[in-house]
Amino acid sequence: MNELLQSAVLTALLSGGLAAAIPLMFVGLGEQIAERAGVLNIGIEGMMLFGAYWGFVAAYYGNSIWLGFLAGMAGGAALSLIMVLLCIRLGLDQIVVGIAITVASEGVTSVLYYAQLGSTRPRLGAAPTIAIPLLSSIPILGSSVFTQPLAVYLGIVLVMVLGWVFRSTNIGLNIHAAGEKPAALDAAGVSVVATRSWSELAAGALFGLGGAYLSVVTAGVFVRFMTHGEGYIGLVLAMLARGRPVWVLIGAVLFGLSLALQDTLQLARVTIPSDLIFMLPYVVVMLTLVIFARRSYLPPALALPYVRGQR
Amino acid sequence: MIDLADAATASPAKRIAPHRSRISRPLEVLIRSVGPVLLALIAGGILLLALGRNPISFYGDIYSGGILQSAWQDSVMRTAPLLLIASGLILIFRANIWNLGYDGQFLLAATVIAGIGPGLDLRLPTWLTLIVLFVVAAVVGGLWTLIPALLKARYGVNEIITTLMMSFIGISLANVLIKGPFQDFSRNTPQTPTLPLNAMLPSIPGTGTPNVPGTGVHIGILIALAVTLAVHYVLTRTSFGLKLQVLGANQRTAAHVGLNVPRLIITAFLLSGALVGLAAAVEILGIWGYVRADWNPAFGDAVIPFVFLARLNALAVIPFVAFYAVLSIGGDYATQNAGLPVDFLLVLVGLILLFMTITEYVGRRRDLGASYLTDGLREAVGRKQDV
Repeated sequence: MNELLQSAVLTALLSGGLAAAIPLMFVGLGEQIAERAGVLNIGIEGMMLFGAYWGFVAAYYGNSIWLGFLAGMAGGAALSLIMVLLCIRLGLDQIVVGIAITVASEGVTSVLYYAQLGSTRPRLGAAPTIAIPLLSSIPILGSSVFTQPLAVYLGIVLVMVLGWVFRSTNIGLNIHAAGEKPAALDAAGVSVVATRSWSELAAGALFGLGGAYLSVVTAGVFVRFMTHGEGYIGLVLAMLARGRPVWVLIGAVLFGLSLALQDTLQLARVTIPSDLIFMLPYVVVMLTLVIFARRSYLPPALALPYVRGQR
Repeated sequence: MIDLADAATASPAKRIAPHRSRISRPLEVLIRSVGPVLLALIAGGILLLALGRNPISFYGDIYSGGILQSAWQDSVMRTAPLLLIASGLILIFRANIWNLGYDGQFLLAATVIAGIGPGLDLRLPTWLTLIVLFVVAAVVGGLWTLIPALLKARYGVNEIITTLMMSFIGISLANVLIKGPFQDFSRNTPQTPTLPLNAMLPSIPGTGTPNVPGTGVHIGILIALAVTLAVHYVLTRTSFGLKLQVLGANQRTAAHVGLNVPRLIITAFLLSGALVGLAAAVEILGIWGYVRADWNPAFGDAVIPFVFLARLNALAVIPFVAFYAVLSIGGDYATQNAGLPVDFLLVLVGLILLFMTITEYVGRRRDLGASYLTDGLREAVGRKQDV
């Protein structure tokens, strides 16, 4: 392989990896908030799809990716309201409701897309990017890593903000307590239900944002079932990152790279069956779980409804 | 380790009805199990109206496309794999373990038997081939749960995640096999070689055209019914079933009464996967004879709501599954007629699940039966269910 092609392949891998990593990062961060507060989102996949659909529709008709992101967040948050109402308020089973959300959302987005855009199958243009001065002139890294849509930079700011919220604010402490020992939070005079509800709403918005980023920026198109298990990878990211948002970012980049490997290898004319590469991210997840089996951590009150006075 | 919530905990067949209940018991059961389905159909009808379709003719199409003329035969044949998956899920859900990797288990088992079937058929008599293929399917399905089972048994790693991941890996691996070692290159689209019609499951006498293989209802439904009855017997009348139930009610209790919890978890996983594998065998050997790349009927997702509506009872799930079989066979026709993608059925399935949890909540509030556990078991696990 000559040098020019080599650098082109590396650039494609890095930029493709980051483009795939950003949705994972948003989703992982969202699930981190919810999980820490004691809510398990099996419906993550559905909320992501919902966000992807509405984000795409808004970005397409509104001609603005920001409108798309907003609509995606609204879509995800709207679906997470079901979780808030049924699971957090009424204490129903989080896993069953989660499966319901995923299955119903798969159906709804597919039907809506078919009815609304199925005949035209529109695509969106590339999102405008912002190059960081100086850094963007580094050979391979410059055009792949340091030239990104504004949303990416904001997402990295979000990682830091979340880290700060978890570490040194009362809100972060409340969220942590809601998942670790809800009774203690209740005794301190803070509503467990309210804490969990707000956490879940924020998480839903982030799931929707992740989906919207996937359809509006990464893919530029909506396809039925397009998330293809990425929501569950976000779940694993949150599980392994143990309340440290930075690790969600690092993990998201790793998984993003393995997702991007598929297109890159095609570019490099390496003939490996695409299904084999398709498997890779999930194999990585399984390997991580096997190796770090003891490190993955879930809060003790996860997926359990809080009932005051119950042992 | 998270203690998974109440909806999955098991329901023994015999339950003492609460005395306060003002509604008679059969009616109560009917409301709580059929109600969510009706509500979902109504909500789905409203959705159809919003999409500008006529819900009455849509549901009429489901009836005519799923039952009338010879369509009922397709529905019966569809029931067989669904029923086997349902009993596989019931078995493991009773132990309060979530096997959500059914798609991977199903497709891998299907691919392996479709891949080796034709070659095997040349060397062995047909009846032996069928038996070997059924066993292979069960083994493949079971083995695909082994890693999640071991991780759960050893380290308590959340099996929801691991089974889902293994499912995605299994689906891709099935495609790798179909486009690689098992591919029949005489076809344009990648698929496995096709089993000859006379090597497939025979029809039930009296259905279809006599002496013409491939017509009528194959015997898969009989196999599925027999296996389901056996599963029900094991779950309700044997010590193994009771052990699973204790494990499902409270894992610590199970350990305290001296059960070998890791071994129980692994056994439950292997059996559940094996039943899903059998479902694949029935579908492939009964209907298709081959597996095409990227084929995924996703039967498991559709079965889940009915497993819960049947209160994890393998007998009660039979009518539900039959109902869904009609819905899905007729749904193909109805969605096509209405100009909708077949994914509309997923909306109905999701709605059934949602309405089920809501009905459950209302039922709990009205004390139509606060718990699925027997009174004795409920006492034993410390009144955890009395929310």
